[in-house]
Amino acid sequence: MKRSRPYRALAVIPALLILVGAPLLNGVPGYVFGLPVMLAWIVGCVLATSLTMAVIAALDRRRDREERGGAEPR
Amino acid sequence: MSPALFILALFLAISFALGLMARRGRTMNLEQWTVAGRGFGALFVFLLMAGEIYTTFTFLGGSGWAYGRGAPAFYIICYGAIAFTISYFLLPAIWRFASRHQLHSQADFFALKFNSRPLGVLVALVSFAACVPYLVLQLKGLGIIVSETSYGTISPNVAVWLTTVALVTYVIVSGVHGSAWTAVLKDVMILGVAVGLGIYLPLHYYGGYQSMFEAIERARPGFLTLAPRGMSVSWFVSTIVLTAVGFYMWPHAFASAYTARNEDVFRKNAVVMPLYQLVLLFVFFTGFAAILQVPGLKGADADLSLLRLSKLAFSPALVGLIGAAGLLTAMVPGSMLLMTGATILAKNVYGALAPRAGEAAISRLARALVPLFALLAALLTIHGGEAIVPLLLLGYSVVTQLCPAIYLGLSERPWITSTGVIAGILAGEATVAAVSISGATLAKLFPGWPSVITDLNIGIVALIGNSVVMLVVSAVTQPAQRPNVKATAG
Repeated sequence: MKRSRPYRALAVIPALLILVGAPLLNGVPGYVFGLPVMLAWIVGCVLATSLTMAVIAALDRRRDREERGGAEPR
Repeated sequence: MSPALFILALFLAISFALGLMARRGRTMNLEQWTVAGRGFGALFVFLLMAGEIYTTFTFLGGSGWAYGRGAPAFYIICYGAIAFTISYFLLPAIWRFASRHQLHSQADFFALKFNSRPLGVLVALVSFAACVPYLVLQLKGLGIIVSETSYGTISPNVAVWLTTVALVTYVIVSGVHGSAWTAVLKDVMILGVAVGLGIYLPLHYYGGYQSMFEAIERARPGFLTLAPRGMSVSWFVSTIVLTAVGFYMWPHAFASAYTARNEDVFRKNAVVMPLYQLVLLFVFFTGFAAILQVPGLKGADADLSLLRLSKLAFSPALVGLIGAAGLLTAMVPGSMLLMTGATILAKNVYGALAPRAGEAAISRLARALVPLFALLAALLTIHGGEAIVPLLLLGYSVVTQLCPAIYLGLSERPWITSTGVIAGILAGEATVAAVSISGATLAKLFPGWPSVITDLNIGIVALIGNSVVMLVVSAVTQPAQRPNVKATAG
């Protein structure tokens, strides 16, 4: 059996930030970097998505190497 | 011929040349034509997927919705990010199964996974049906681009016919290799044009972003906020969920995952694609900039806003270059959609019904169906009055009905049964068809219900019904010889 990869659960964080955060910020007045608050939040979430997936991909690659090198076959 | 139109024609010629070059020295059997021998690395798969995902929808539809609707357009940036997250886990599983069994299409996947030929045919018909509005919106975009850059000398309808012919020729000449090379050119151009317009226009007309948004807010109070009813928060969230889970259910996006060389390709894509998504931000800026500069574009005409503002701001030669970027943005996905649709009908409908037809006959039929599919789409483009974004949302409602079966069917021995999947898909599609044909909305059907429920995207409502039917029918039709199955559908 492959070992579980709990860090993969990180992937839900940006999705939740979008689905919960953006509606909460709907109609909040003001501007961040020249953008309406909700739009700025969404842009931040997109950047966070890329970053999160980069972290997961790096951890997955390391785990793949360990599993290939170790006793547990893939 | 206006200088703008000349530049457009020039880029059309370049894309044809790229298609021809890509084809040289290869024998074009069905596998080469559609999945390119499964030899593409990360960059090409990325470009192909970007080619499909960043389409006329993004360029003209995205700016059109920012212009016409305001805040609801923001959903377009959101769903991609979530879809790419899903893709990281979903696509490798699909790819492994597909390359082990040498699959070409999404319907192959269902037919083999659930060991059911009728299911394969049903999925083929559903994915074909979803491709129709998607192709229609590309042709609509092409028509807009050609007629606008002709400065009135070519009517939108004539433009649709001209571009349909060009698209068909392009597909028949080049297959998927042509798409990939044109995608390279297209990506460079759309990136330059979209970002360039999104930076220049707000600065030129308003002096900055914040002052642009403030001017819009003054002229149209509440335009940058989701409304309490209609396209409300509830609509926004349900639409993001619908389109995010449905993103890779499109037959061409699903099948482009087959072209990857290995699984790592998908990991890289999930990191890079969200960043690419930010191009949309600049497309929105253009749409927003147009609101006060070229006012009065109503309904579906909002899709003209980007080009109208460009014509106001730039010389015809530059407008030609912008139009050429738009042309390629429609050609790449348009050619993929045409090819996918034709292949689905030939292989997964005709091939399944006439199992003794050889690969050569199916390949010939697929090519013959390309112009017929294009003709259908061109007629629908000319007779339909929908704007670009609603067309895509309709396609999403149709295609997303395939996703419960995929998400629950990926395990080695899925618990759900083929009968359950068929029943679920039929229930979902019947709901979508009933609502879109009758023009009903939940708000009209149930006026007393709270808007949190009635504003839900109808595709989500159909998806829930679909899942319930699928699970219930699967429970009833479990094969008798699997006593150890518990209610662990997930």
